[in-house]
Amino acid sequence: MTTQASGDALVSLNGVNKHYGQLHVLKDINLHVKKGEVVVVIGPSGSGKSTLCRAINRLETIDDGDIAIDGKKLPEEGKDLAHLRADVGMVFQSFNLFAHKTILENVTLGPIKVKKVAKGTADKEAMALLERVGVGHQAPKLPAQLSGGQQQRVAIARALAMKPKVMLFDEPTSALDPEMINEVLDVMIQLAKEGMTMIVVTHEMGFARKAADRVVFMADGQIVEDATPEEFFTNPKSTRAKDFLSKLLTH
Amino acid sequence: MDAVIASLPEYWDGFLRTLYLSVISGIIALIVGTLLAAMRVSPVAALRGFSMFYVEVARNTPLTIIFFFAAIVLPRLGVKFEQFEVAAIIALSSYTAAFIAEAVRSGVNSVPVGQAEAARSVGMTFTQVLGFIVLPQAVRTVIPPLINILIALVKNSSVAGAFFVLELFGYGRQLSNDYGDQVLWILLGVAFFYLLITVPLGLLAHFVERKVAIAR
Repeated sequence: MTTQASGDALVSLNGVNKHYGQLHVLKDINLHVKKGEVVVVIGPSGSGKSTLCRAINRLETIDDGDIAIDGKKLPEEGKDLAHLRADVGMVFQSFNLFAHKTILENVTLGPIKVKKVAKGTADKEAMALLERVGVGHQAPKLPAQLSGGQQQRVAIARALAMKPKVMLFDEPTSALDPEMINEVLDVMIQLAKEGMTMIVVTHEMGFARKAADRVVFMADGQIVEDATPEEFFTNPKSTRAKDFLSKLLTH
Repeated sequence: MDAVIASLPEYWDGFLRTLYLSVISGIIALIVGTLLAAMRVSPVAALRGFSMFYVEVARNTPLTIIFFFAAIVLPRLGVKFEQFEVAAIIALSSYTAAFIAEAVRSGVNSVPVGQAEAARSVGMTFTQVLGFIVLPQAVRTVIPPLINILIALVKNSSVAGAFFVLELFGYGRQLSNDYGDQVLWILLGVAFFYLLITVPLGLLAHFVERKVAIAR
């Protein structure tokens, strides 16, 4: 396992543990992500990868260890936590667009309410982001009127509107029909090329190969391997990873 | 029947007072109830505990006892008011707030948790998440039970009649004494004026429900 120095890390997790009752879902996790790095987290279901992703902006609390974003430790609750979350973009498996707001409002709400950006400026920036992810003409519609792939691209635009330091993706394509997966992945690959720091929990090995700087393989709450995609896919070290990859390749 | 027509001025006065008690208590109860619901889902344990305690006590105490407390015990504790209407408003709104808190809380719980998570992720504070994202969506499921509670409030306001407030029911008692031979008509008249408030409320519920329905 490669371990980076935590000095220049944008996101760093040190000795993080979490339990759900008896179940030990995160076991002594150490992970450091540098600025501009794209880290893909893969692993079997129940390996704790989603929990890890959600813990980074404290949608899940942790039992011990610490998590820091850009050198600042995650606050427990309240305004400080809200400030910190504004710097961390999150994209969910189930999109979670605000159901009662239009597409445009979904993107502008954060900048207007949290960053106090003027409405005119926020609208202009939001339109530019929506154009960028290819759903500009959908701006006046409600989320339910869009396809899953379109909704997920709006969700990415919503997160980007806050100009985050890092983007978290929690299985962004798992709820999508196969033909819509690529339109979302294309946006993500573009984002990775532009130098966004990204932590992506996914089952899309193609994305990992194409866009990742590092692949983190998790199993049973532990980080089992942490390697470049090249290394991981061609020469996995652990038997657990070999087993996981062989199951993927047989289909 | 003549007794009802002869007493129309009294009915009208009582009707206005019932309306007044219901509207003022309703507004206070909506505000207090929503605050209690917000406390109940807040991250602060003490607020959650207080809200739960208040709701359980107010909801499970007979309204008449709350009226007694407001009209007779409060003045002895030094809370003075000129009119019994004030006591009635205190009693009605503190009682009704507990039910509204429960209705709003169940509405909040009906909003998928992902909505709040997404709002928190863009950096909104607890009050922003509740005010901009969760409550506006909760309103949709909360309207029907809320109107039920308000209808109950209008009818509950009749308890004030037993505490020296001359609202519809208070006049009803008085008129029944004056026209001993026409009690049935007098009471039907009282019921009619209550319906004048509660039936439109039901229609309003129906209208608002359709107006705010949204596809998910």
